[in-house]
Amino acid sequence: MRAVLAGLLILLLGASAQAERLIVSVSNHRVTVTPNYSGEELVLFGSVEKDAATPADRSAYDLVVTVMGPRADMVTRRKEREFGIWINTDYRQFLQVPSYLALFANRPFDVITSPEIARRQQIGLNNVLLTQRVGGDYADVVPNDAFRSAFIRLRTQRGLYREDASAVTFLTPTLFRTGIPLPAEVPIGTYEVEIKLFANGALVGKTETAFEIVKVGFEQFVATTARQNGLVYGLVTAAMALMTGWMASIVFKKD
Amino acid sequence: MPFLRALREIDPSRRSVGPMQLYLPIADLPVNVFLVLAMGAAVGFVSGMFGIGGGFLMTPLLIFIGITPAVAVASVASHIAASSFSGALTYWRRRAIDPALASVLLCGGVTGTALGVWTFTQLRALGQLDLMIALSYVVLLTTVGSLMFSEGLRALMRTRRGAVPPRRTHNWIHGLPLKMRFKRSKIYLSVIPVVVIGIVIGFIGAIMGIGGGFILVPVMIYLLRVPTSTVIGTSMVLTLVTMLFATMLHAVTNHLVDAVLALILMVGGVTGAQFGARAGQKIRGEQLRLLLGLLILSVGVRFAIELVIRPEDLFTIRELGVSG
Repeated sequence: MRAVLAGLLILLLGASAQAERLIVSVSNHRVTVTPNYSGEELVLFGSVEKDAATPADRSAYDLVVTVMGPRADMVTRRKEREFGIWINTDYRQFLQVPSYLALFANRPFDVITSPEIARRQQIGLNNVLLTQRVGGDYADVVPNDAFRSAFIRLRTQRGLYREDASAVTFLTPTLFRTGIPLPAEVPIGTYEVEIKLFANGALVGKTETAFEIVKVGFEQFVATTARQNGLVYGLVTAAMALMTGWMASIVFKKD
Repeated sequence: MPFLRALREIDPSRRSVGPMQLYLPIADLPVNVFLVLAMGAAVGFVSGMFGIGGGFLMTPLLIFIGITPAVAVASVASHIAASSFSGALTYWRRRAIDPALASVLLCGGVTGTALGVWTFTQLRALGQLDLMIALSYVVLLTTVGSLMFSEGLRALMRTRRGAVPPRRTHNWIHGLPLKMRFKRSKIYLSVIPVVVIGIVIGFIGAIMGIGGGFILVPVMIYLLRVPTSTVIGTSMVLTLVTMLFATMLHAVTNHLVDAVLALILMVGGVTGAQFGARAGQKIRGEQLRLLLGLLILSVGVRFAIELVIRPEDLFTIRELGVSG
């Protein structure tokens, strides 16, 4: 029985021929955001399972966790002074970029691995692929591009993009945990979590998990109706305005 | 202005939701219910005092507390509809509304509103909506404000000297064709200027989130020679219908009307208006106009400063909708 379960687990986790297996779980696979939700922290925990193929001398691991929210197109605009006033002049379109993006590690990214691998594995906000429409082309640009860095800075200010190289803690050499902060304005949808295991600068293991953010309550109902049934929503709002005005004229009727 | 500073302190980046906080579904940020209620009441007080809708104060206040100009404009439309409906009902009971004049104004008003919402959508796609809203506020409010202020000042000086106001004379507008008799207002007038005024008010109302009463009333008095007995009631009917129509169009095309925000504003607004109206009766007409002119002017100047000083951040992000 135990063998069957173990076999299932291996299948489920998609364990390959790699020497280490990562077993992870998040504290909650379905986060419900209520009207008075003020942000919460999800906990991701897991362990590194060694097997016979693991080199005996390997003991110190590094871990990089990437959390990506639902993807969306976004436009970044830049203001410039023209005719004495500040107006939007130039803009760039970012295509299908994550609406939420968090990168966590147990120590600085540049210590964990080489710049080359970091770029290939998209480790760090500077290395994450953010596709822009450049003329008729689709490409990412250099990390210090004005629009790209402004985009990351603004998302970071809102708590929607973050990078924390000390968020992952190893409780034992193989047992780890990290918090995933979700601010009040997290976009709803499916969040992908990618966990990458490094040893001596090399990627030795990888696994994925996911969680979902759903908004419930009156506010969400209002927001959904506004988007999907604009006409009904408009009629109800107009009726509400008339009702309020009429009530006021009765309540405050003079004489 | 300590009040404005207090408003500024609700830092949208903190986004903590306290006990009396409410999450606005469309504006997408939490606000303090009492604060928005107080804002509605304060603007309602001013609007009741001057007999105007107060949109030109409400929309800027919402923008100053961090609500995007687009959502502010769209939501204030329904708030003005509510306050003008309660006002219109009162004037209707007093038979102070000219139905014929109101209908002709509405022909223009509805067309202007549709044009306004269409322009709003186009500007939004171009990323120039916020700029246009701010520019319109600067141009319109500084012009109307200084006109009203200087006119109020002159009237005040006239009464000091004890001079009689100049007699009303006919102007070029009364030479236009397509004349029509408006019985309740006891005027005989071409429909052309009436429709044009309706279009202009509807258009700027939809773009700027104002009812336009503060422009409409003087224009109707000075240009159309509508008697003061019907002018406010009739202008309220135009405001009511254009704002209801604007609410509908903004909801259908841009999905930007925040009903929760609008409801709080309405409740605060209609309450404040009652006290404002009582306060307004204690102040003399010229002084009232002087004060209103000053108020309008300062809002316009506030927008002008915002445009000229370097913004804290030159970059902005707009999400084009989450897929999936």
